[in-house]
Amino acid sequence: MFPSAPHTGAPLLSILIFAPLAAAAVAALVKNERALRWWTLAVTTLAAAFSLKLYCGFNPDTAGFQFVERAAWIPSLRIEYILGVDGLSLLLILLTTLLAPLCVLASWTSIKVRIREFMICLLVMESVMVGVFCALDFVLFFVFWEAMLIPMALLIGVWGGQRRIYASVKFFIYTFSGSIFLLVALIALRLRAGSFCIPDLMGRPYEPAFQCWIFAALFLSFAIKVPMIPLHTWLPAAHVEAPTAGSVILASVLLKMGTYGFIRFCLPITPYAAQAFAPAILWLSVAAILYGGLAALGQSDLKKLVAYSSVGHMGFATLGIFVLNTRGMEGAILVMINHGVTTGALFICVGILYERLHSREMGDAAGIGKYMPVFSFFLGAFCLSSLAFPGTNSFIGEFLVLCGGFARSKILVACVIPGVVICAAYMLRMLQRLAWGGTRNPDHAGLRDIGLRETLTLAPLLVFVFWIGFHPAPFLRVMHASVANLLQQAGRLP
Amino acid sequence: MTSAFIQAFLPELVLVCGALGLFVVALGGSQGRAARKTALVVAAAAILACVLALGARADLFSGAYRVDAFSQLLKLAFACGFAAIVLLSGDLPDIRDEIKPEYFLFVTLSATGLVMLVSCIDVIALVVALELASFPLYLLVPMRRERGGQRSQMESAIKYVMFGVAANGIMLFGLSYLFGLTGTTHLPQMAASLRMQAGSPLAIAGLAMAFCGLFYKLAVFPFHFWTPDVYQGASNETAGFIASLPKLGAVAVLVRFVSLAPPDNRAIILLLSVLAAASMFYGNLVALMQRDLKRMLGFSGIAHAGYAMVGLVALDLAGYTAAIYYSLGYVLMILACFVVACRVSPDGTNVAVGDLAGLHRRSPLLAITLFTGIFALAGLPPFVGFMGKLGLLAAALARGHLWLVVVAVVNSAIAIYYYLQVIRQAVFGEAAVERPPIRLSASTRLLCVVLIAGIVAFGAFPETIIGAIRQSLTFIPSSAPYR
Repeated sequence: MFPSAPHTGAPLLSILIFAPLAAAAVAALVKNERALRWWTLAVTTLAAAFSLKLYCGFNPDTAGFQFVERAAWIPSLRIEYILGVDGLSLLLILLTTLLAPLCVLASWTSIKVRIREFMICLLVMESVMVGVFCALDFVLFFVFWEAMLIPMALLIGVWGGQRRIYASVKFFIYTFSGSIFLLVALIALRLRAGSFCIPDLMGRPYEPAFQCWIFAALFLSFAIKVPMIPLHTWLPAAHVEAPTAGSVILASVLLKMGTYGFIRFCLPITPYAAQAFAPAILWLSVAAILYGGLAALGQSDLKKLVAYSSVGHMGFATLGIFVLNTRGMEGAILVMINHGVTTGALFICVGILYERLHSREMGDAAGIGKYMPVFSFFLGAFCLSSLAFPGTNSFIGEFLVLCGGFARSKILVACVIPGVVICAAYMLRMLQRLAWGGTRNPDHAGLRDIGLRETLTLAPLLVFVFWIGFHPAPFLRVMHASVANLLQQAGRLP
Repeated sequence: MTSAFIQAFLPELVLVCGALGLFVVALGGSQGRAARKTALVVAAAAILACVLALGARADLFSGAYRVDAFSQLLKLAFACGFAAIVLLSGDLPDIRDEIKPEYFLFVTLSATGLVMLVSCIDVIALVVALELASFPLYLLVPMRRERGGQRSQMESAIKYVMFGVAANGIMLFGLSYLFGLTGTTHLPQMAASLRMQAGSPLAIAGLAMAFCGLFYKLAVFPFHFWTPDVYQGASNETAGFIASLPKLGAVAVLVRFVSLAPPDNRAIILLLSVLAAASMFYGNLVALMQRDLKRMLGFSGIAHAGYAMVGLVALDLAGYTAAIYYSLGYVLMILACFVVACRVSPDGTNVAVGDLAGLHRRSPLLAITLFTGIFALAGLPPFVGFMGKLGLLAAALARGHLWLVVVAVVNSAIAIYYYLQVIRQAVFGEAAVERPPIRLSASTRLLCVVLIAGIVAFGAFPETIIGAIRQSLTFIPSSAPYR
């Protein structure tokens, strides 16, 4: 799996991981709030620009890990410091670094207390998220994976809404309980394979019973993160209570870590178990799509609506992964990226509304289209993207997933179709209420439309909505080789 | 001879002389400040002495006292911990003025006992050192100021002494069996002799009883009953001492004793793993219900004793290394929590978890210290608690103790709830009544920063310390290659 020689030249991945951490340390010394905001914005923007260097240097023709860095870390426990990216992690890293400056922009005025701590949390968060996607040593991965809980719980618990502490504790306990079994699994794998190095763990003929136990442990922690039904109950609470930036990070990046885990660990390390459990997971995914859609249809709280729509969208991602064919997998990865772009944007939209109306109720926001036309344009575009309208990003992703699903089971796809319709129903209902809703609410008279900062926050995401929608080739190109390799690994039987 | 002797015995000499000095200071009436300064000087001198003596290797006192890498490493840890305890003690708000010098005297004596404990390889010397470490603690507990109508410090002191004496009695009884079987009180000879008669029920019974005294120190179930009461009844500073260093000492000596057992002895493994599981479950489940911070830390301490035992169950080098590393980390983590407990209540009253509300506003540094300490106790990376747990679980799983590992991780999940209760008050919560900010002295700030740095550095770069511990465990028979 490894290229014969590790990457020579600057340690790009380490810089990308540790630069935000260093910036957070600097931010701890800054007192001025304005300077803090600008500093964080500058650092995250630079990191985003820097991550493009990865994309430019990435060779899409090989499935091996690239930009590999390898160093001794804790030799007495055989833990190494190994970083590397393939097509899958590259896209997720780009998504993470792109969203970070947008999160800063989205929190520019809405965060009023403990700004320094907030910015530190954001920077630490960026650092560990990139770390999760780069880590190729299982312990290193786990360190980033767990370390992420702390800043995220703080983001929810300190700057969140009314029931923020409840949501934060619930989020923490759920994800922590899931990941402790990951810890057992990684030790068990290490004892069997003699190494924590993830590529070394892949492609080994573990016996089926062992694979099933490992798969169960991995699945539990990743399924909580995705979240899959019935382990999703932390998500609405956390999403609703988190501040806008927290919701964006949670929806756009954290949930991806679950699906990333499925693809990176479950398929290549426990292929037998993945195939054995695939039917059950496929039906769970279908349940998630339908349930998420129906639940979203019943919400009047805008943030809850978007949160439940996440459950449905992530159902598409897990569906695509476990149909175990090229179309499905590529679609799933694209759904992950699209969900990051679109749902992130929708959360920012809700945040913008909340800043103006101090309410997330759909009824309170009905008819704002009249006063906020530019905002309504963005909202409309993102709603269409969320319901997978042709020409937008989600269409390509969900289409590929359904193609993959069709190749596997027609009944499955037939069951998914109502989910797509429900998705259109709740999104259009929201759009209709917000943009053209009838009530003449006197509170709306003084509403400002979005300004330059907010436009700048939403515009990059809009670009990606249409870019992926009309020309997905650059995104699919980088994942082809990796997906082919992953599926070949997953097809192995002991 | 003499210079080599002095080099090898320097830490103990420094501490004994320091204790004498403190005794002289204590004669001069209520000299709390002078005593504290003297104790600080002694602690600094002890650290220096331990560093100087780090390379010393010697067998002293007719072979009863061994100065080796293991003992010197732990002595350095004890000296640093002692310095931290003196810093933590501050002005001792809850100790009567006239006995403040005695407080520092007893702390120094107990630290001396601990430093000697890790070098003793003769069971008689070991028991004496153990008593030297314990008796001052028995006296520290009732030194707390009396509060209206309550004599809880007396009650807890009696409990502490009674349990301690009983456990020591059982330990001596067990040691007499081992002596009867082997005809020696010298641990290495005892080990060699016991290996000949591995599996003899008498040897197992003797070992199991000998463990009791140490289990008591470590607060392993069912020798834990004193823990929550003593933590609650003793002053915050005393509880901080009792909760930290003696546990490290107990684990160190347990390693010496457990290594007497043959590595594949089912009975010892069963005994240790049942006690470990019971401690974890009991400690964590009861801690869920606690409102008093120190009581909660007491129960969590029982659970952590269980975690450390998971490493001992492995009965091999990897397990012992992990157990010692974990205990070292535990000292840092629990001290970080106790610094906060001491400073949050300026008059020395007990701290309820609810009293921590709004701590981030009253003192950001204390909030960060508590945050680091609590998350480290919960076992989150990049803090030392995580690396320690990883080592313990890896060692236990390598020997096939899957169910024990599962019990341990399930317990981490239980524990996270009550740890988060502390975090939610201290970091998320706002106080209903605005309380004044907490002013920290320079020494407290230094202690906080050192503890935070230690917890992070030990967790993120554990190689040096793990390697040092592993290499120092030379007395482990047939050191299997580290898996």
